[in-house]
Amino acid sequence: MFPLNDGGMVSGLVCGFLFGYVLENAGFGSPCKLTAQFKLTDWSVLKVMFTAIVVAAAGLFALKQIGWINPDNVFVPTALLMAAAVGGILVGSGFAVGGYCPGTSVVGLFSGRLDALVFLIGLLLGTFAFAGLYGPALEALMALGEVETGDTFSDAWNIPEWLMVALLMAALAGVFVAGSWFERRSRGPVSAREAVDGAQASTGPSPASSSITAH
Amino acid sequence: MNPLTPSTSSIKPFWSPFLAGLALGAVLLLTFIWTGHGLGATGATTRLSAWLGLEVAPAATQANAYLGPMVKSGNPLPSWISWQVLGVALGALVAAFMAGRFRVQLDGARSIGTFKRLLTALFGGALAGFGARLAAGCTSGLGLSGAATLGIAAFVFLGTFFVAGLVVSRLVRGV
Repeated sequence: MFPLNDGGMVSGLVCGFLFGYVLENAGFGSPCKLTAQFKLTDWSVLKVMFTAIVVAAAGLFALKQIGWINPDNVFVPTALLMAAAVGGILVGSGFAVGGYCPGTSVVGLFSGRLDALVFLIGLLLGTFAFAGLYGPALEALMALGEVETGDTFSDAWNIPEWLMVALLMAALAGVFVAGSWFERRSRGPVSAREAVDGAQASTGPSPASSSITAH
Repeated sequence: MNPLTPSTSSIKPFWSPFLAGLALGAVLLLTFIWTGHGLGATGATTRLSAWLGLEVAPAATQANAYLGPMVKSGNPLPSWISWQVLGVALGALVAAFMAGRFRVQLDGARSIGTFKRLLTALFGGALAGFGARLAAGCTSGLGLSGAATLGIAAFVFLGTFFVAGLVVSRLVRGV
């Protein structure tokens, strides 16, 4: 019966290694590529995230159906909607300004980017600021909008899990269709070469890379 | 720069988003089966903050309502999420080296200037650090992992995350 609920060093290192390996290969160490999602010229962030969410959600659903996974031992975030909404605004803004989200800043640093180290220092400062302001007012804000009936769509509102997985698959198809449409009508995804060269002054492709697109 | 020099032509392309997404989904599913939870990042930076606080200002850190409980039983660093983030660093390093994509640089210095890039990176990091504590998770821990468990909070987070990113990237050039 799964999950194994292993909290040891080996599972941490192995899962983390694979996570970092895939993120770097997706191009998510590059702040130029990551923020191009918000300019709608490179949809890799949404394409990769939605594909991963669908694979993992469908996998967990299937494993629960055949009784291999005990859902009681799988962690689900508490449905604190105000905290999630305001936190999402701040992390999204920080991503647009700083060029990374917390996880991808580690990938950026270990592909040689010193600005990612500065972003990580910023993360620590933001954490200290939060700890300094933490108190009854902040706790009250974070407690707003809690869904009392449950943390998942199925528990809270009786929406069947298979329907949620199906909706996610439809959303995934939508992301790929819309994303590829936007990419064709703009400068398109940031290539590995452009990412390694770093962000350039102009928003178009760097002259060096445009000369090799033919090969 | 001549694109035909060996150093630049050895840069391997990124994986296609679909393949990278399938691989990421497989890693995420493996993590759930193995540990009972998903992947994250700010759990480790929060523990690092608590550890730094304990080293620099122990009394203030122990008295703090947020960091205090974290340092009650001593050093907060040894934990699954710290090992996982160390793994992320190693995995990214190996991937970048194997694909010829490792380059030491201050990415964004050329596009917006060194000083401005240092400011955007620091300020962006601080915003994300504060926001991740408010939401009790970041893009990985709450957005990606929470969505895989069909958690409501994850989809609310992803929605406001994306809208805020769209708006702010039109107001500020960070990279």
